[in-house]
Amino acid sequence: MAGVMKTPSAAEAKLAADYSGVRAALPGNSAVGQLRDAAFDQFKQAGLPTRRVEAWHYTDLRLAMRDVLPLAKATRTDVALNTLAPAIADVDSIRLVLVDGFFAPELSDVACLPKGVSVASLADVLAKGDAGLMEALSAPGMGQNDAALALNTAFMQGGVIIDVAPATQVATAIEIVALASDGAAQAVYSRSLLRVGHGATITLIEREAGGASHAQQRNHAFVVSLADEAQFEHVFVPAPMSAGSTHVASMLVTLGAKAQFNSFTLTCGGGLLRRQVFMRFDGEHAKGQLAGATLLQGKDHADTTLIVQHVAPHCMSREYFKTVLDGDATGVYQGKVIVAPGAQKTDGAMKSHAILLSDGATMNNKPELEIFADDVVCGHGATVAQLDEDQIFYAMARGLPKPVAQSMLLEAFVDEATDRVESEPVRAYLTGLIAQWLKARGLA
Amino acid sequence: MIEIRNLHAEIDGKQIINGLSLTVQNGEVAAIMGPNGSGKSTLSYVISGRDGYEVTGGEILLNGENILEMNAAERAAHGVFLAFQYPLEIPGVTTMTFLKACLNAQRKSRGEAELSTPDFMKRVKAGAEKLGVPQDMLRRALNVGFSGGEKKRMEVLQMSLLEPSFAILDETDSGLDIDALRIVSEGVNALRDPKRSFLVITHYQRLLDYIVPDTVHVMSKGQIVKTGPKELALELEANGYRDYVGEAA
Ligand SMILES: Nc1ncnc2c1ncn2[C@@H]1O[C@H](COP(=O)(O)OP(=O)(O)OP(=O)(O)O)[C@@H](O)[C@H]1O
Ligand SMILES: [Mg+2]
Repeated sequence: MAGVMKTPSAAEAKLAADYSGVRAALPGNSAVGQLRDAAFDQFKQAGLPTRRVEAWHYTDLRLAMRDVLPLAKATRTDVALNTLAPAIADVDSIRLVLVDGFFAPELSDVACLPKGVSVASLADVLAKGDAGLMEALSAPGMGQNDAALALNTAFMQGGVIIDVAPATQVATAIEIVALASDGAAQAVYSRSLLRVGHGATITLIEREAGGASHAQQRNHAFVVSLADEAQFEHVFVPAPMSAGSTHVASMLVTLGAKAQFNSFTLTCGGGLLRRQVFMRFDGEHAKGQLAGATLLQGKDHADTTLIVQHVAPHCMSREYFKTVLDGDATGVYQGKVIVAPGAQKTDGAMKSHAILLSDGATMNNKPELEIFADDVVCGHGATVAQLDEDQIFYAMARGLPKPVAQSMLLEAFVDEATDRVESEPVRAYLTGLIAQWLKARGLA
Repeated sequence: MIEIRNLHAEIDGKQIINGLSLTVQNGEVAAIMGPNGSGKSTLSYVISGRDGYEVTGGEILLNGENILEMNAAERAAHGVFLAFQYPLEIPGVTTMTFLKACLNAQRKSRGEAELSTPDFMKRVKAGAEKLGVPQDMLRRALNVGFSGGEKKRMEVLQMSLLEPSFAILDETDSGLDIDALRIVSEGVNALRDPKRSFLVITHYQRLLDYIVPDTVHVMSKGQIVKTGPKELALELEANGYRDYVGEAA
């Protein structure tokens, strides 16, 4: 492809210089090196995504990344894990800890992994360069044109590879705790992989913590491959980051026949977040749900972009997102459901609902269907509204102060999304975070 | 006791309450009757402090204290209660959760200790039983999918829990079946107390057979145009408002 040559921005030029500088030191054998080079070339052609790239229309990364932060250095273990990420009440979990993107086995529960679950560090896997693993890590056919993902491939330094053997029922939740050591402003590129074998089931919580005091440029990709009849419950809680931070969190998921996937993302603001999920149905009778709640204030910007590809017939997809916007915050929801010609009997439903609490807040809601099969049931709905003044008066007339009345209504609004999380204690953890956000807002 | 003196109020620049004066003594039940659009609900909103209802003159004193500077929640904590003509549905908030939050918010605002969950449950269950509100309704989202009559019962249940010193019932009888009217009226009568006053807005004399008022006021065009004993309601029932509302009847 002959790219349109344009003058690179200062950040793009810096990325190119950084890449040449660190290339030799990045983990991986020569095949990995070639993969990185090809990805960086792709990135150079495209540049940082701008409004002119349709999929990035509402999030101009080029504008947001005026500067390039230094790449995170080797693993640090001097972090206050339990202060930054206290255990979730009533959730029994096995923790895998990443610090600045690097897998830290010393901080992780690697000694007590359940039978059938194996874990490796991305750097080790890249060093070996096993072809099958490399193929899995690159999630072929998904996000091919995404410059942010190309950047991730070029720079990926750390991450964790999790394999769940066929028929393994993992009773304990796995937590990937991604910490920012937060000693300095820095860029973190990480990639993780989860492969769930035939008929295996697993719950995994991705939590981020730290990073509130120094600007971060995070670019994380999580590749998930669900074999036939695998079941995966997933929760992602990105950390609020300091102003000036940018965060691209990609997830690329493929579902085999009769696989079941349920994912929830809770975003409580902080800097700029781009959450992008690519989900593809490769086998029949699979079910995938992407849900989430986004709470933003101040100058927060959060973009949820979903690309759902129905390739196999008889699959069901659900997208359900709730957004609450205060201050001058910007919310973005872009959901595209693509039904391939052969994907008959697809059942798809997508909803995005937002509430604006201020005049300065903006919501961009763009659900889309691209249907190339004739026997499908697909629908979508998107709304942007304000809190109902009559309901607020009713609650106030019964004695609830205005912020409390607002919080109660907002909690009820957001609960419709959190209700989709299977585990009760995990749901309680999420609603606790939501209540905290609402409380802090009410006090401000 | 509530004292309203020469009250003027408007919505969206439109004057609705035009120099209204009215006093309801402690222990008194006053009824307000009046044609559609005469401003009865507007008066109830102005008293309870709804945003957008601008008071342009006059005063409202609750037990001697000016409440006009208070917001709706503060007025509620000071003892004002409004049973809505059209109760709002609150999706996603169970009746139980809502009631507990309201009761405890009022207690907190008055510097009283919050009620423990078991104490609260005991009170709600007792109140619900008296008003014929089934227990499973308390676990449903407040007013969502409730029938008209069920909503009205729920309003009276809320009133009985919040124990206001001054309560307005805006057409609480509308939508109630014959048995419900009796049950709800009994609920209101049980709250009658020498330290409490009621303003009962209704179109029908029938309610006043159950909740017997001490005084009946006729409202027209944002003013009280006639005040009399309970027999006034019978006269209105027989003759309509023509003697009191002038040319606009
Ligand atoms: N937001 C508003 N803007 C303008 N006029 C309003 C507004 N709300 C109410 N009104 C008007 O105020 C007048 C009084 O209305 P209100 O609801 O108080 O009457 P009411 O006496 O309670 O009538 P009803 O017996 O039908 O319940 C009506 O003419 C109504 O149209
Ligand atoms: Mg009315």
